[in-house]
Amino acid sequence: MLPYVARRLASLIPLLAGMVVLGFAIIQLAPGDPVQVLVGDYPAPPEYVQQVRERFGLDRPVIVQLVRYASQVLRGNLGHSFFYNEPVLDLVIGRLPATLLLMGAALVISSVAGVLLGVACGRRPGSLTDSTLLVLGLVGYSLPVFWLGQLLLMGLSLKLDWFPTQGMRSLTVGLSPLARGLDVAHHLALPALTLATRYLALNVRLTRASLVEVSGMEYLQTARAKGLAERVVIYKHALRNALLPVVTMIGLNVGHLVAGAVLTETVFAWPGLGRLIFDAILHRDYPLMLGGLLVVTVCVVVGNLLADIAYAWIDPRIRLGSRA
Amino acid sequence: MGRVSLREIWLRLRRHPAGLLGLAGALCFTLLAIIGPWVAPADPMALNPNALRPPGRGHWLGTDDLGRDILSGVLHGARVSLVVGLLAAAGSVLVGVAVGAAAGYWRGRVEGALMRLTEWVLVIPQFLIVLVVAAIFGADLRLVVVVLALVGWTATARLTRAQFLALGEREFVVAARSLGAGDGRIIGRQILPNALAPIVVAGSLQIPAAILAEASLRFLGLADPNRVSWGGMLNQAQNFLQQAWWMPVFPGVAIFLTVLSFNLAGEALNEALAPRGRGAR
Repeated sequence: MLPYVARRLASLIPLLAGMVVLGFAIIQLAPGDPVQVLVGDYPAPPEYVQQVRERFGLDRPVIVQLVRYASQVLRGNLGHSFFYNEPVLDLVIGRLPATLLLMGAALVISSVAGVLLGVACGRRPGSLTDSTLLVLGLVGYSLPVFWLGQLLLMGLSLKLDWFPTQGMRSLTVGLSPLARGLDVAHHLALPALTLATRYLALNVRLTRASLVEVSGMEYLQTARAKGLAERVVIYKHALRNALLPVVTMIGLNVGHLVAGAVLTETVFAWPGLGRLIFDAILHRDYPLMLGGLLVVTVCVVVGNLLADIAYAWIDPRIRLGSRA
Repeated sequence: MGRVSLREIWLRLRRHPAGLLGLAGALCFTLLAIIGPWVAPADPMALNPNALRPPGRGHWLGTDDLGRDILSGVLHGARVSLVVGLLAAAGSVLVGVAVGAAAGYWRGRVEGALMRLTEWVLVIPQFLIVLVVAAIFGADLRLVVVVLALVGWTATARLTRAQFLALGEREFVVAARSLGAGDGRIIGRQILPNALAPIVVAGSLQIPAAILAEASLRFLGLADPNRVSWGGMLNQAQNFLQQAWWMPVFPGVAIFLTVLSFNLAGEALNEALAPRGRGAR
């Protein structure tokens, strides 16, 4: 297991290096003076501009600039946001928990409900449940995240007043810890549902397809011939194999989930990283945009690595060599 | 898998009513994109004093906060969405086929490097890159198409590579090579035509993905100031959800139905062109 993890970790280095180069290329190719991108479109003190110019060696050859940029990034210096007047790294890390909460909730909803509904479909392919859920799945897959969010917001929050309209907490002070948790959950419900829908639909389809694929296999006939209950055959025998592609897909979807989080947070004014990036775009706060992009990429890549490790842990064929 | 005749495709399609519906829908929206701007009752950018009018006579789908006609906006927006969807999908197929064909044909080190690259592009948060690039370089339509194509090719590349690996050893390829055909000829004339069906399917599913991505960009405020777009209309609607339900509902329905149609159509194409059990061996 350990050599596998080490190998995967090593394979990430060129990818992250590539992202740093991409960030650098964006700065260099952006219209206007690169210092503008490093400082942002906000009036910065001239001394700071001069300091940035020197630190990044902007009057030196491009290769020197690249090395300086990379070394700054590696030291965790992602620049300074003049709109918030705070270092970019602090801002981004401060917003991370809210986004992780939202993404985690969406991931749990979409995985658990997706697999359960997928089993309901795949058990009897062609049944009424199956075809209904398949159509619903396509609908869920085709809904634009932000529009679904707007509809839920209009119907359930503004019209029926069942859910708060925005943010993560009520302004009430002096709540007990339990009440505070419930308050956050109340705020979380609609954004999490919005973000989960697309992946819920995807997981239903994927679970169904892979369950149908294994259902013809002989080991299932053996299990049935032994007289095991159908429930045991499906959940213990068939699903265990059928889940492998689903786990891979969940890992690959982390990156897309981030995109969905940006949109969802914008609709519900959820105080996370996505909302921060949206505000950065609004205020043309370039250092914040690029810094956010780099941090999110690292998170996504790590999330993917974790999914890969989980996969290797479930399926010994992967970790014991035999590269597919 | 041999090539299938048009008649055979039609017979298979007929068994998927939902898919046919999707194809019909996709055709309708394409038609709308062509004629929409001509039949629109008003200039979608023209301001007028009747702001926030509910749907009714004069403005069938109502007006927005600046008095602009929503129906005209939806009709004009169709062209933007479809153009971006089709061009970005076509671009991503071109890149994907080039990468996948090179990897599957030459194998070895070329394959290793290209597939590693594919894996990276698959892992990185693609939409965020598109977002940042559009925010810094301007959300011009052409730039958006190019960037969407540059991040959307991975599925096609993987598929093309698999097809090339499977077909590269077949008798007709060996025969062509022994007759002295060059690499280009073997790739273009022998393998590619036989690998086309699944590539078309993967490419067709890239259309709704690109349409959604474009709408998302516009929703986040990265609009092309000279063009109306569905996502941009939803961005505008965000502040009027309470007063004017028609502002978010109609452009959203347009995006949703277009994406749904193309997804259904892609699904139907999948069944018709590469039926299960007869796929690549």
